[in-house]
Formats: sequence, structure tokens, C-alpha cells
Amino acid sequence: MGLESYVLIAGILFCVGLYGILTRRNAIGVLVSVELLVNAANINLAAFAHFGRGLDGQVFVLFTTALTVAEVVVGLALVILLFRRRKDILLDLANGLKG
Amino acid sequence: MMERLFFGAVATVLIFSALMAVGTRNLVRAVLWLGLTLATTSMFYIMLNAPFLATLQLILYTGGVLSLMLFGVMLTRRSNEQEGVEVHNESNGQRRALPIVAVTAGLIVMAVGRTDLSVAAPAAAKPEIREIGQRILGAHLLAFEVLSVLLLAAMVGAIVIARRKDASLEGKDDPRDRAAALPGSRLSSDRET
Repeated sequence: MGLESYVLIAGILFCVGLYGILTRRNAIGVLVSVELLVNAANINLAAFAHFGRGLDGQVFVLFTTALTVAEVVVGLALVILLFRRRKDILLDLANGLKG
Repeated sequence: MMERLFFGAVATVLIFSALMAVGTRNLVRAVLWLGLTLATTSMFYIMLNAPFLATLQLILYTGGVLSLMLFGVMLTRRSNEQEGVEVHNESNGQRRALPIVAVTAGLIVMAVGRTDLSVAAPAAAKPEIREIGQRILGAHLLAFEVLSVLLLAAMVGAIVIARRKDASLEGKDDPRDRAAALPGSRLSSDRET
């Protein structure tokens, strides 16, 4: 399969994730969607590494993986804090910082 | 021919599971669909001659991130809550989201169409895991070290954020929190604790 197919599949995946971020009300649902976005980017990196006959793309995927794990950990900690304060994790109701 | 068929099947599963992960109301199911998406991605990595990434994907995402998220869902679910309360979207949100997604999709398709991506697939080579390790600790050593500091910071941050402030105050806090959780009351988030 050519490079375009991988890039297009990753693009579709990105759009699905973007839709999820924009429509989910639940904080964990948003985190799930963010995972989809990062996954799309990772597929692209691996595809370009393969077709560009290099390895740096694969190394980059390793770094983004570690970054995503850190992001999920901090995000879930924030979600749990939000839940403890408000007893729900619906993002459109969390307006405590609104001026 | 065979490869095309396999690619199509994997891509279909990937997109379908992603759609389900975004669209299901039940959050536990959404997280499990996400797991299928992540596992299917490792198939892509295998097709792209990156078995190390495929392994890592399965271990880190499907094993680690997924169980973390399931813990998150179950810790933050109220016992008296119906599944339907995690209402996913009013039509209003959808109406706002769809144009944005459509524009993004159009831009991606346009960019792919205008770029010359017709690179011949490289001949099947042995995956070079040893080379990856040497690059991480060679050319990309600085990024590697920065990343380790970041992971440490994330760990400390997660502990500090999610820690209970003071166990003795929790009992006193409870009734107020419960009152604040009533619909329409927004006081709890303004309160300084």
C-alpha cells in the first residue's frame, strides 16, 4: 500500500478524534478523543519513517508515546480532582474560572 | 492483492472502532472501543515494518493507558448515576462541531492531494531495533533526558494534584459538597479549599 493510504487513514482518524473533542461533555471522553488524535499522528510518523527509509520517525513515535502517557496521567489526576470538588466531570458545567 | 485486502480490513476496523469510541454514550464501552483502536494501530505498525513500535503500543497503550482510563471512569462514576447521564452531546454541540470537522477534513484531503506522496514502498528489510536503541541514546540523547525529567514532573504533579488535602477535613466537607452538587448550584467550584 502506498504512503497516501496511510496518511489518509490517519487523517480520518484525526477528524474522528476532533469530532469527539468538540462534542464530548465528559472529561474522560475528551481524553479518549485526544488519544485518537495522538494515534493518528503516530501512524503518520511511522508511515513516513517507513517510506522515507529512515528510523528517526520511529524514535519520534517512542517520544510521543511517553509524552501521551504523561499527559493521560496528569489529565486523569485533574479529572479526579474535578470530581472531588464538584461531584461530576461534565466540562461545560465546570466554569469556576469564569470571570 | 492480499496486502490490499488486509490493509482494507484493518483500516475499516480502525475507523469503525474510533467512531464507536467517540459516539458511545457509555464511557466504559468508549474506553474499550478505544482499546480496539489502539490495538489495531499496532497492526499498522507491523505493516510498516516497525515491530518494536507495535509491541510498545500494545504494552503501553492497550495495557497501561487503557487500564488507567478505566480506573478513571470507575472512580468518577456516581453510584446513583444512570448511564444516560453522561449525555454525550446536545444537537447544538454537534451543529457547531460538524463544520469544524468538515473544514479540517477538507484541508487534510487537499493537502494530501496537492503533495506528491508517490514514494515506492521500500523492499522488505529486517527491522532494525538495535539501530533504534542506538539512535535514542546517541543522536537523540538530549530529548531522551528531557523526557525523563518530564515524566518525573508528571508523576510528581499527578500525585500533588490528586492527593487529598487533609483527611481530617473530609468529613466536614462532605455535606457541603453534596449540597453543592445539586443541579443549578455552582458554588462548590468557587469555594476556596
